[in-house]
Amino acid sequence: MKSAVVVFPGSNRERDMLYALELITGVKPHAVWHTERELPDVDLVVLPGGFSYGDYLRTGAIAARGNIMPAVAKAADKGVRVLGVCNGFQILCEAGLLPGVLMRNAGLKFVCRHVKLEVANADTDFTRKYTRGQIWNCPVAHGDGNYFTDDETLARLEGEGRVGLRYAAGTNPNGSLNDIAGILNERGNVFGLMPHPENMIEPLNGATDGRALFESVLEAVA
Amino acid sequence: MIPNVVPITPELIAKHGLKPDEYQRILDLIGREPTLTELGIFSAMWNEHCSYKSSKKWLRTLPTTGPRVICGPGENAGVVDIGDGQAIIFKMESHNHPSYIEPHEGAATGVGGILRDVFTMGARPVAALNALRFGEPDHPRTRHIVSGVVAGIGGYGNSFGVPTIGGEVNFDPSYNGNCLVNAFAAGLADTDKIFYSEAKGVGLPIVYLGSKTGRDGIHGATMASAEFDEDTEEKRPTVQIGDPFSEKLLLEACLELMATGAVIAIQDMGAAGLTCSAVEMGAKGGLGVELNLDMVPCREEGMSAYEMMLSESQERMLMVLDPAREKDAEAVFVKWGLDFAIIGKTTDDLRFRVSRHGEVMADLPIKELGDQAPEYDRPWVAAAKPETLAPSDVAAPNDVGEALVRMIALPDMCSRRWVWEQYDHLIQGNTGVGPGGDAAVIRVERQKKGLAFTLDVSPRYCAADPVEGGKQAVAECWRNLTAVGAEPLAITDNLNFGNPEKPDIMGQFVGCIQGIGEACRALDFPVVSGNVSLYNETNGKGILPTPAIGGVGLLPDVAQRATIPFKAEGEAVVLVGKTKGHLGQSIYLRDIAGRKDDRSAPPPVDLAVERRNGDFIRTEIRAGGLSAVHDVSDGGILVALAEMAIASGIGASIAPEAGLPLHAWAFGEDQARYLVTMPASAAESFIARATKAGVPALRIGTTGGSELTLAGATPISLVELGVAHEGWLPAYMAEGAEL
Repeated sequence: MKSAVVVFPGSNRERDMLYALELITGVKPHAVWHTERELPDVDLVVLPGGFSYGDYLRTGAIAARGNIMPAVAKAADKGVRVLGVCNGFQILCEAGLLPGVLMRNAGLKFVCRHVKLEVANADTDFTRKYTRGQIWNCPVAHGDGNYFTDDETLARLEGEGRVGLRYAAGTNPNGSLNDIAGILNERGNVFGLMPHPENMIEPLNGATDGRALFESVLEAVA
Repeated sequence: MIPNVVPITPELIAKHGLKPDEYQRILDLIGREPTLTELGIFSAMWNEHCSYKSSKKWLRTLPTTGPRVICGPGENAGVVDIGDGQAIIFKMESHNHPSYIEPHEGAATGVGGILRDVFTMGARPVAALNALRFGEPDHPRTRHIVSGVVAGIGGYGNSFGVPTIGGEVNFDPSYNGNCLVNAFAAGLADTDKIFYSEAKGVGLPIVYLGSKTGRDGIHGATMASAEFDEDTEEKRPTVQIGDPFSEKLLLEACLELMATGAVIAIQDMGAAGLTCSAVEMGAKGGLGVELNLDMVPCREEGMSAYEMMLSESQERMLMVLDPAREKDAEAVFVKWGLDFAIIGKTTDDLRFRVSRHGEVMADLPIKELGDQAPEYDRPWVAAAKPETLAPSDVAAPNDVGEALVRMIALPDMCSRRWVWEQYDHLIQGNTGVGPGGDAAVIRVERQKKGLAFTLDVSPRYCAADPVEGGKQAVAECWRNLTAVGAEPLAITDNLNFGNPEKPDIMGQFVGCIQGIGEACRALDFPVVSGNVSLYNETNGKGILPTPAIGGVGLLPDVAQRATIPFKAEGEAVVLVGKTKGHLGQSIYLRDIAGRKDDRSAPPPVDLAVERRNGDFIRTEIRAGGLSAVHDVSDGGILVALAEMAIASGIGASIAPEAGLPLHAWAFGEDQARYLVTMPASAAESFIARATKAGVPALRIGTTGGSELTLAGATPISLVELGVAHEGWLPAYMAEGAEL
């Protein structure tokens, strides 16, 4: 699988993501600087975690208007898989590639801890290597992960199986609606999530539960 | 001769923190009255924070070399060889005064400053830790300071992208008016790609990089070299404002630029900003420096030479560049959207010349600015040696189990989760042991080996006996690194004390240094960097002497790291090291027996025993036979056991040694001890090996169940222990939110 990681000024988990992709796919991913206007020919585009533009203005708001973003939208349009993690999820929402918004955590503090994720839909390109209802360990590290959207959109997301991952009962770290941790676009090829599966891939991390997310994409594009 | 527009009055001299004899020295050095800009420059270079004038004499006594030391004190950070052509570069630095005045920005810029010290040398930061001391919980400012400092540290480190993986938090009334924020950072570099601050070559461009210069932080270093009084609030404008986003860009730009080979010398603008960095680069290289301030990128208009030379605006660097590579260098900075300006050049006349609007504003001898700073041999008195308290002199609690529950919920003993969950301790994906362990452990990226980090000091021990306290701080640091299986390599020290002009305070400083030096020599644990913070006093009352020690250790294989939690039921619990029931200066004595003003001796440190026991433990960890390891420190054996049990959800049944009062055995703070677990069948041979190595080892119990059971005390459920341990800090902080 060929993949690309977009790097914005202030991205800071891009090295984690590049490492994880190389480890799991066996192919060195491209690092694409935000001023580029075209993406290399890849199967997966990742918007990594971090504090693009310092999270100034609103998280993801400035990056969402970067030179590279029309190319990301075009790739999504063509069916290329797009994954946004943490700040990447915020950017996808700000860019309109995913619905809703990520607000300040309900506790008003940055939170870094391990949570339990429940697979709400295992029939997606990003979760097919898990089973529905499976609960897995994953870290979160964010200050703005409180997912919110209007009732109508929420009903659609739920009705169409576009909630891919939820925080398992009692572990929601940020107050997000319906314990939402990650959602898909209508077509199912764009996925955004707040947790960091790229930091849960080796025994050193305490568990390797995050690998299946990348392996799902690997299988989907095979 | 430079015309003087502003008359230099005694009041002006005093306002710059210069004593009359220091001013006389300036007159003797330059042979004329200084200009206002020059007076500002002297004040910046000669204050305590930058010149170490009270401490230098004593710092020289510390061991700073060793087979692995590549660069000791004097550079931006210390450099230690970790094999495979790699080095770990680290330092700890205080930001105490600014953090008290403005907790969020003060702490944030403390983190920013120490990260810059590390990446200035060409290292990518891989770990941050912090040692925090706050006033007593009931003091009206404490909550505000805790909340601001923690958010400031998190806000900066999280955005910058370095894992904040450990540290210390303490509360004590002596910090009511003067909190301590000591920030540690470590970075990785290749040993052949380390950058230093010494300028080389005459007529080379001096380049300014990073953020623009503003009016913030003017005289920050001078402020940090004075005591506080009622007017502290008025000092707010001396605190700098941090921008982690710019720092992250500066990091990437610097590392990219360094890789091109264009950088000859580099120095970050920290305390005393442009002045200190330019003078240091020139003085170290035996060169003069000429600056044209009209070229300095400024945030606001109309800044004077005086303001520009003293501004402590953050996220700025000074470099000497290879002129042939100027264009490449500029391209890197344009890519990262940072300012890049040639503001001067190196000269061969050893003068520090600064001009503004075509006029020379300062023309000073560069060597003397740094090297001839005043140095004091301050009078000091050694503290009287305290008496040792016998275990029988300390009242027993009604029930040892009940005392334990109270102890692990104390402000100084409870879980720090509320703090470290606000720090991203997982970024970079290499964290092997995060906050809450004896030492934090990271993997060296894409390698098998690991690095361990810990910050330690017991200020109450140092107050009772500075020499033993200094020794203990180093010994505990060494022990914590050992407890995760690391070979202790070297330390950085952050020496926080009160007013050195008082002989008793100076005596604390001298005593602690003596103890630190003794321990470092005995444990082959050199000091490679550090920082001194004096005048930590408010209204004439000093803080507890707090020489924080930051240690770094190396694990050949990160997979061999030992951790605190029990791993299985039915395993043997073995106590390593001799227990004498030393209760003097213990948490039990202070907080359970209520003897807060007790002046008895802290636990003595036998460095030979420390080393023997530690070397044995490390060998056993590496042999793979130990399932859990925890050092025994504050609160003694029972607190350590409770922490192992809470962390694992597995209980234990413990039989104390006979011959000591139960509370002295359980809560005594004798040094050089560890608790370890192993399969029950392995205990006998483990103890035999210990005995052969001359290390006391005694099986004291077995893991299992959901209670901690101590013969002679009421069993306590792990649920109750966990609730007590985790509850205090969040409840305390939440109370503040309602006010």
